Amino acid sequence: MSTTETTASGIGPVEGAELYNVDHPAPLIEAPRRRTKKTPKSTRGNFELAAWLFMRLSGIVLVVLVIGHLIIQLVLDGGVSKVGFAFVAGRWANPYWQVWDLAMLWLAMLHGANGLRTVINDYAERPNSRLWLKGLLYTATVFTILLGTLVIFTFDPNIR
Amino acid sequence: MPAGTLYRGREGMWSWVAHRVTGVLIFFFLFVHVLDTALVRVSPEAYDKVVATYKTPIVALLEYGLVAAILFHALNGLRVIAVDFWSKGPRYQKQMLWTVVGVWVVLMAGAIYPVLGHAARVLFGS
Repeated sequence: MSTTETTASGIGPVEGAELYNVDHPAPLIEAPRRRTKKTPKSTRGNFELAAWLFMRLSGIVLVVLVIGHLIIQLVLDGGVSKVGFAFVAGRWANPYWQVWDLAMLWLAMLHGANGLRTVINDYAERPNSRLWLKGLLYTATVFTILLGTLVIFTFDPNIR
Repeated sequence: MPAGTLYRGREGMWSWVAHRVTGVLIFFFLFVHVLDTALVRVSPEAYDKVVATYKTPIVALLEYGLVAAILFHALNGLRVIAVDFWSKGPRYQKQMLWTVVGVWVVLMAGAIYPVLGHAARVLFGS
């Protein structure tokens, strides 16, 4: 009868000897992919997550800024026919519209640049074309943001 | 084109394609638009001369296309956010796309007169 008896640990006697019990516990097996001190540090960071989140947050703000911009420029007071130097001077005399246009410039350029970065990542396969296309993209983006910012801050209604 | 560029089809893929195409077009316009606006730092005449081209009938039609691209990208962008953050978003993505298309059609109809009215008066007299 002793051979069919179950032990406390649930492990039956193997050739008459218990392998593990309270005094001799089984070795601990580490869970797969568990982060330990020996795991190398990730070198990637969370850039792609931040970019993903930025697209959504800036997108919501841009819906308000850009549609407001379209209504002002293309719908109200005779639509596009009223737009001219005098109209721009009138609007930028108000710091509120300067901040509006500055926020729209920065958010739209960064949103668009990140979108194009994704497109380049998807379709440009050779490392060289990726490098050149992204170099061109980042150069054009930095240039456009800086130029637009400079224009908003240094605008002079009495230029002539 | 890399292999596997066309997949699945239907609402999910085509809204993604339209989002991409409109996004790229808007970005290129934005680049040009910042450059033309920068002319206010050159002289009032230089700026007004370039803005005059925005008032011609052909460019007015392009502006209507720009409005179409921006409105679709904006509305579909809100749909993408809903798909990502709303727990029932993925289940209703098709219905949301057709809602986007419906709202877009209404807004585009409403934009005909404000955006193209000036061009119509130039072409056919006021």
